Amino acid sequence: MSASVEAAVGKRAPTVAAGHPGRPRARLAATASRWLFIAPAVAYVAVFFGYPVVKNIVMSFQDYTTRTFFTGEAPWVGFANYAATFRSSLFTTTVVNTALFTIGSIVAQFLIGLGLALFFRRHFPLSGFLRGLLLLPWLLPLIASSAVWKWILDQDSGALNQLLGLFGTPPVPWLVSPDLALIAVIGVNIWLGIPFNTTILYSGLQSVPQELYEAAALDGAVGARAFRYITWPSIRSVVSVVIVLGVVYTLKVVDIILGLTGGGPANSTQTLATNAYHQSFVNFQFGQGAAVSNVLIVVSFVFAVVYISISRKAVDE
Amino acid sequence: MKKSRTIAVLAGAAVAALAMTGCSSGGGSGGGKSLTVEDYYTATYNPIYQRCAKQLGAKLTINHVAGAGLIAKVLQQASSRTLPDVLMLDNPDIQQIAASGALAPLSDYGLNGKGDVPAVTAAGSYKGKLYGLEPVTNSIALYYNVALLKAAGVAPPKTWDELRTDAKKLTKGKTYGFAMSNINTYEGTWQFLPFLWSNGGDEKDIATAQAAQALQYVLDLQNDGSMSKSSINWAQADVNNQFIAGKAAMMINGPWQLPALKAAKGLQFASVPIPTRTGDAPVAPLGGEAFTVPVTKSKDTMSLAAKFVGCLNKPTMQTYIAGVTGNVPTNETAADSWATSHPDVAAFVTTTKTARARTGELGPDWPKAATKIYTAVQTALTGKAAPTAALQAAQSQSQ
Repeated sequence: MSASVEAAVGKRAPTVAAGHPGRPRARLAATASRWLFIAPAVAYVAVFFGYPVVKNIVMSFQDYTTRTFFTGEAPWVGFANYAATFRSSLFTTTVVNTALFTIGSIVAQFLIGLGLALFFRRHFPLSGFLRGLLLLPWLLPLIASSAVWKWILDQDSGALNQLLGLFGTPPVPWLVSPDLALIAVIGVNIWLGIPFNTTILYSGLQSVPQELYEAAALDGAVGARAFRYITWPSIRSVVSVVIVLGVVYTLKVVDIILGLTGGGPANSTQTLATNAYHQSFVNFQFGQGAAVSNVLIVVSFVFAVVYISISRKAVDE
Repeated sequence: MKKSRTIAVLAGAAVAALAMTGCSSGGGSGGGKSLTVEDYYTATYNPIYQRCAKQLGAKLTINHVAGAGLIAKVLQQASSRTLPDVLMLDNPDIQQIAASGALAPLSDYGLNGKGDVPAVTAAGSYKGKLYGLEPVTNSIALYYNVALLKAAGVAPPKTWDELRTDAKKLTKGKTYGFAMSNINTYEGTWQFLPFLWSNGGDEKDIATAQAAQALQYVLDLQNDGSMSKSSINWAQADVNNQFIAGKAAMMINGPWQLPALKAAKGLQFASVPIPTRTGDAPVAPLGGEAFTVPVTKSKDTMSLAAKFVGCLNKPTMQTYIAGVTGNVPTNETAADSWATSHPDVAAFVTTTKTARARTGELGPDWPKAATKIYTAVQTALTGKAAPTAALQAAQSQSQ
């Protein structure tokens, strides 16, 4: 690559020397070299993002099964995969579950994360250590932590029910009842998302100048009012980034749900992401799996666009 | 200076060694004297393979893949044309992989399943051609805790009614009378099948009265308090742990749990075929893995691979494998003598005789039916719908 850039630059020198007649050529060379600089990034995006997305879209219009891997034949079926997906009785369930899972996780993660970030802004003994400890859920492998949570939440011998039993609560069917399983899974995902929210919001809070608070204190704005008029407006862009990224991360969660319930009991924790996984890698209906995941990609894409527009606005400000 | 020179020399030697191994392996596959074997077992299978390799004078490369990842890996290998010479497949997967054209018919190499349990041969066949041979098979039966049954004064059950009353009697304190896996995976389906099939239910259409009766029966066990509501989250290994911990007096499980059960201190256990409503012999699903010969480039290697599969399936080898793994030899005569010398597995030997292959009826479409079955079981056991409605909803599910 660098050689071709050099060649482009090298070509440019003589044209400049040649003066007038070479000018359009020089411009051409300049454009070419500009493109050459972009080329690595374009190639990277095309190979690692463009190709998979395009392939996934193509696959969703094909009857792509185990057979395809050997024969290479994937008959074109038009919108049949999408029709099957939307007609499936599972589709509404998965959409509702995905929405509940995402909204529930994000709201709680954000509120708790913000609370902790504000709390840790006051420096007190061991605050650095405790803040480090807070990262723990982030550091553990997801499969390991979901296995541990599965034990904790077990109805008959789980640690949580043993603890509640001390206060006389009858065993709660956390992962067994279709009504509670989604709540339990959201709870574990909240635990997992708090470090991310706290860390980003904490660093956002660090960048708020201390003088603002001092000045506000002189005007009588302390506590809640200081938060409302100084903290919140200062970290607003960080907040939107945290929330939008959180939504995208949460929409695609598969591992925690698979580790805890596998989408059950009776599909009560089945989301679009787990359903796509199930179609592709358990049923080996790759075409239908691709159709479901494309629905997910469209939703994520909307949030990604929101994220880009927010971050662009932040730069403009 | 000196150091760097020695490193250079070492590196040079390493390159030369690599080049040589590259040569020798290339030459080996051309000569048809080396084989690659792929399975999801553990190293305990290596001596078994080596025994057959020795007979054939072949050199083996054994590759153990983690259970869940095998099919994904096979698909990947199929598309890059790097399939192993000998491939182990779980029996319900054979037809699906055979349908893709990735496997060679074993009859081309003079192999057949004569003497083996017919249902096993059926599971290894696709469109009338044999693609896989299963040296050992298994199924599921009812294990019981001898001490707990003695204390409660009950005999091992033979019918559904007996099982239900026994389970009730055996449920005390933290011990449930009965445990099985009703998880939302194919394991859950596999464990429900003996109830469904023995009662005349069929995977082609599960919205039938017989299927509803079977599902109602399992629900009754749960409603009686004899079976934990957590069974919908238990894999078979979890069920086994409950049994070992004394939290279940009876359980449905397979012979592959025998090593763990025997290792449990102070646990006295025995097994009987799974009770049926009428008391007749149960119709349980056949388990076990088959060995297949994928289509590869070299004809010589393929015929050597077929010989290797044939060697594994010889009755003497079957008995040897059964001794290592706790499973049942597929050859009917070998199985009978195995049952007399190993009373631990007698219930499984009896069960496999009347057992059915999961893909026997639907072939490559079995996974869809299996998903419907566990969905219906879960819907009924969680109380989301009554058995009949749950089965109807699952049957009409268009996924």
